[in-house]
Amino acid sequence: MLPDFANPADWLPWAFASLMGFSILVYVVLDGFDLGVGLLFPFADEAEKDRMIGSIGPFWDANETWLVLAVGLLLVAFPTAHGMILTALYVPVFIMLIGLILRGVAFEFRAKAHARHKRLWNCVFFAGSTLTALSQGFMLGLYVMGLQQTWATFLFAALTAAFLAVGYSFIGACWLIHKMEGGLQVKAVKWARDSLWGVILGIGAVSLATPLVSTRIFDRWLQFPDVFWLAPIPVISGLLVLWLWRMVRVMPYENDARSWQPFAVATALFALAYVGLAYSFYPYVVPDRLTIYEAAAAPESLLIILIGACVVVPIIAGYSVLAYVIFRGKATELRYD
Amino acid sequence: MEALDTLIFSRIQFAANISFHILFPTITIALGWALLFFRVRFAQTGDIKWMNVYRLWVKVFALSFAMGVVSGITMSFQFGTNWPGFMETVGNIAGPLLAYEVLTAFFLEAAFIGIMLFGFSRVPGWLHILATFLVAFGTTVSAFWIIVLNSWMHTPQGFEMIDGVAHATDWFAIVFNPSMPYRFVHMLLASGLTVAFLLAGVSAFRWLLGDRAADLRATLKVGLCLGALLIPVQIYMGDMHGLNTLEHQPQKVAAMEGIWETGPHQPLLLFALPDAEARENRFEVGIPSVASLILTHHADGVVQGLNDFVAEDGTAMHPPVLPVFWSFRTMVGTGMAMLAVSWLSVFLMWKRRRLHPDPHAKRWFAAEGLPRPLIWLLVPMTFSGWVATLAGWYTTEIGRQPWLVQGVMTTEMAVADVPAPMVASTLAGYLVMYGLLLLAYISVIVYLARLAARGQDAPAYDMDHSGKAQVEALQPGE
Repeated sequence: MLPDFANPADWLPWAFASLMGFSILVYVVLDGFDLGVGLLFPFADEAEKDRMIGSIGPFWDANETWLVLAVGLLLVAFPTAHGMILTALYVPVFIMLIGLILRGVAFEFRAKAHARHKRLWNCVFFAGSTLTALSQGFMLGLYVMGLQQTWATFLFAALTAAFLAVGYSFIGACWLIHKMEGGLQVKAVKWARDSLWGVILGIGAVSLATPLVSTRIFDRWLQFPDVFWLAPIPVISGLLVLWLWRMVRVMPYENDARSWQPFAVATALFALAYVGLAYSFYPYVVPDRLTIYEAAAAPESLLIILIGACVVVPIIAGYSVLAYVIFRGKATELRYD
Repeated sequence: MEALDTLIFSRIQFAANISFHILFPTITIALGWALLFFRVRFAQTGDIKWMNVYRLWVKVFALSFAMGVVSGITMSFQFGTNWPGFMETVGNIAGPLLAYEVLTAFFLEAAFIGIMLFGFSRVPGWLHILATFLVAFGTTVSAFWIIVLNSWMHTPQGFEMIDGVAHATDWFAIVFNPSMPYRFVHMLLASGLTVAFLLAGVSAFRWLLGDRAADLRATLKVGLCLGALLIPVQIYMGDMHGLNTLEHQPQKVAAMEGIWETGPHQPLLLFALPDAEARENRFEVGIPSVASLILTHHADGVVQGLNDFVAEDGTAMHPPVLPVFWSFRTMVGTGMAMLAVSWLSVFLMWKRRRLHPDPHAKRWFAAEGLPRPLIWLLVPMTFSGWVATLAGWYTTEIGRQPWLVQGVMTTEMAVADVPAPMVASTLAGYLVMYGLLLLAYISVIVYLARLAARGQDAPAYDMDHSGKAQVEALQPGE
């Protein structure tokens, strides 16, 4: 599983695959919650919308940057795979970009435009978040299906699209449980309760479909003795789901205790599901067609980036945490003061 | 035919995307520094007008930044969806440069813009100033890396080709490639000028609405003085950049000047319609020898013509002449208008400085010195920086064709094997959206200006940090 660390051509692609995997995971959790807040928009009234926006306003720019880093790493570390994957996903990528553009600008416009246009920008914000979430889920589904394009894979991708959107709503609701108080917090708990099924079905669908599509993945998971040391992944995931289920039934706790817990547990669940997925596909970057070693850029170029990344990524993590610390606590309506 | 259609649609799509994208970095690069200036002035003087300037323009910044980010993400995906050959061939060089842009600049801006926009009442003053600085610094560093890559595509060096793939041999040579310093400074100045005329134009609009607030007067002066200061530097830098281009991409300069035949005494063409079929200019009006004089500093200097850049099989290895020729003239013409308007305005504001409403204050400039027609003229000049920047980019980018990386790979080699109708339909989608967004962007700026002019944007401070005492103490005197 681990590469030969004496040989740069062997460990550099591995290091970059890990770095890229890490950025995608961070992206899914961070932009996941702010996309989720957008998805929950229609269920909130006008005043609540302002507070919901307020809870993600200082963060969404930085959250989205992880997507740029992930696609950037794919682009620079695995140029051939970048072309193959993105041309195969041409249409969903286009839809995602439209969604990201609409959401990003609606965010700024709704705060600055004429009051009578605010409703329009609210719709655009919801539409952009929905398009982004659905297209990302669709891409995930197609990727799991080995980028094959048939009616059956499209159907599966449509399912994962719906599940991911509901999953994002769930983590968005968990975020709101932490950032809100009073009536809106109670509402957020209800949203979390209503959308937890999407997370369960989504993780279940991908876990069942992946080994069925690829015998290689099937063998990987269900071989003796690997099955034993892999068992904790599904077992712990199941326990986390139970924990979440219990929490969203009885929250909010007295004095707003442990309001951060659903978000933290949801993050752990997302991370576990993601690790399982990564384990299934490693060492392929294009499923069953191109490994990270075949797709990797020249070692000297990778080394140049890696040196920079080792210095810069901890700094980025540091000041991202700083931003979250500065804007900690319950969210209010955003003000440019 | 199919492949050709895909190429053309892909090129139009990329041109549309990058044209839309560049409008916003052009504003944010310099506006970030302008905001830092306003913020520091507020900290120094405690004068509330600077905070009002900051509060208005930080909104424009946030809006432009969001537009730039989302359209920039589009660009990074389009390398893969439309131009996979680019990264496959020169990815070893372009990759690290793009990676460093994201790592050193993009995260910096994105993390601190939250504090800059919403942190005024949450963090101490020094941290807010620091956040403003880091965002401005980040946009500039971002521009640096992008310009490095773009310049390298014009004047590539520091690499070797192995099996059709570029491998870096000298990173210092790659980063500091011959055209990089000129292009970078030219772009920074373009950004400064864009912001100067944006500040002045929006303020002129408020003035015409009857607004005479202190913050508007300050912005008007800052905008006009900045424009007047930068434009001569820009003209000088543009000339240097042109000479650098002549050295490395003579076919581009030949297209800019509409020169077909190599020879001495090349005229400076004031008007011409270059005809690619006949390989000559129609309706040519020119000043004899002046192009030679400008380019070689000798009236009889020999300048290469486009006919030198035709392959043996008759394929033109030079850019299409008509768009390069006219976009260059558009850029220069807009620059001249900027020079005339800003210098005249600053001169009149200085000459008539006694018109300042506060007779006791010793002022260098009075906004009252501006005659009404000049204020009227400033309004359409609001986005003159956009016009000049776009025209400049068309000159340089179309001027690089048919090469994608000069002498290394042609644009055709990079294009994706995607069906033409798919590219055409996504292109239509982008165009519609960009059109609507541009409309929304400009109308929001107009709306913000109107709001400010009506004084409805009056501060409603509820600060719990250092800023509070300062503002409240000063408000009665305002």
